Amino acid sequence: MNPRRKRRLIMVLVLVMGIGGATALALVAFRENLLYFNSPSDVAAGKAPKDRLFRLGGMVKEGSVQRSDDGLSVTFVLTDYASDITVRYSGILPDLFREGQGIVANGKLGPDGVFVANEVLAKHDENYMPPEVAESLQMPPTEKMRREGAAR
Amino acid sequence: MWKFIHRLASPKHFYRIAGKWIPWLMAAAVILIALGFYGGLVKAPADYQQGDSFRIIYLHVPAAWMSLFIYMVMATSAAIGLIWKIKLADLFATASAPIGASFTFLALVTGSIWGKPMWGTWWVWDARLTSELLLLFLYLGFMGLQAAIEDRRNAARAGAVLAIVGVVNIPIIHYSVEWWNTLHQGPTVTRMDKPAMHISMLIPLLQAAAGFQIYYFATVLMRVRSLVLQQERRSGWVRELLREEGVR
Repeated sequence: MNPRRKRRLIMVLVLVMGIGGATALALVAFRENLLYFNSPSDVAAGKAPKDRLFRLGGMVKEGSVQRSDDGLSVTFVLTDYASDITVRYSGILPDLFREGQGIVANGKLGPDGVFVANEVLAKHDENYMPPEVAESLQMPPTEKMRREGAAR
Repeated sequence: MWKFIHRLASPKHFYRIAGKWIPWLMAAAVILIALGFYGGLVKAPADYQQGDSFRIIYLHVPAAWMSLFIYMVMATSAAIGLIWKIKLADLFATASAPIGASFTFLALVTGSIWGKPMWGTWWVWDARLTSELLLLFLYLGFMGLQAAIEDRRNAARAGAVLAIVGVVNIPIIHYSVEWWNTLHQGPTVTRMDKPAMHISMLIPLLQAAAGFQIYYFATVLMRVRSLVLQQERRSGWVRELLREEGVR
């Protein structure tokens, strides 16, 4: 390889490694801020922001969903199998919202320890299968997800 | 082998050989995409949770894969053009950018359409979505930068540097769903474990993805051919070609 080409090749490699290294350092420094949501354990440990909107992610606890009489308000318990937090929300829930489903709620922690959400988003998992297969796994889908959630 | 590659790098031979390949590649792409879409949109069973809505995956996921793949092809050929001063490599990068931008746009739009009913929102600023949007801006920036510089060699050099710098975004897009808590789900197919997708759903997805890939090769060859003609318009072989085709 002639010296000029070699110099250009080295220049390109240095450029890629330099930018890559700088970006890696920046990402490590901002790691916490790049989290899209906090878990109930973070809130229990006092790591979540107070008096400010933040996002709370977790599984909807089985049997915890209660709809109010007006039909719009709903309360449920979010869990990461270590800590629980009660969430209150009034509005339209996404299609994938159900007990045992992972969701992300955006809102504020009230003084009574109840998380008041103004937005609820469903977090889908990466599993795709026909309904018959889900049934034949001898385990309702929600069970499967709970085990995965616990393993995570 | 080397002789063949050297000959391919000459615009004249490239023009001729690519012209022969394009119809075959297009035919293969159409067949694979038709198989994948028929298998995915008609034959595959509905998902146990999402029902029929999951079928947008057959458009969304291949488009998203292509957005990353084309960027790597673009950056690699731009780097080759920068280091070894091969004109054809520069043309490959220039020709790839609009195709890659289109696939990125398609992935963003289909994801948004799926996100509204499934997540409950059109858009969130999580790491995966934001880094994919940044990829679209990188493509558009590359195209804009090349269009803004009059001199062809300077345009190729400036574009190459931008494309190479942008490569850092590619692993971030791929691993964003593993490094951070994102609303976007984790990888289903491209992971160390076996794919978390039933085989009856997976096969059409892979067919569609292969079809998209071959479609990209066919279109990029078409675009490079027209760029070659434009750039070599004063050379002898192009004049001869025009005379043969009966133009002028």
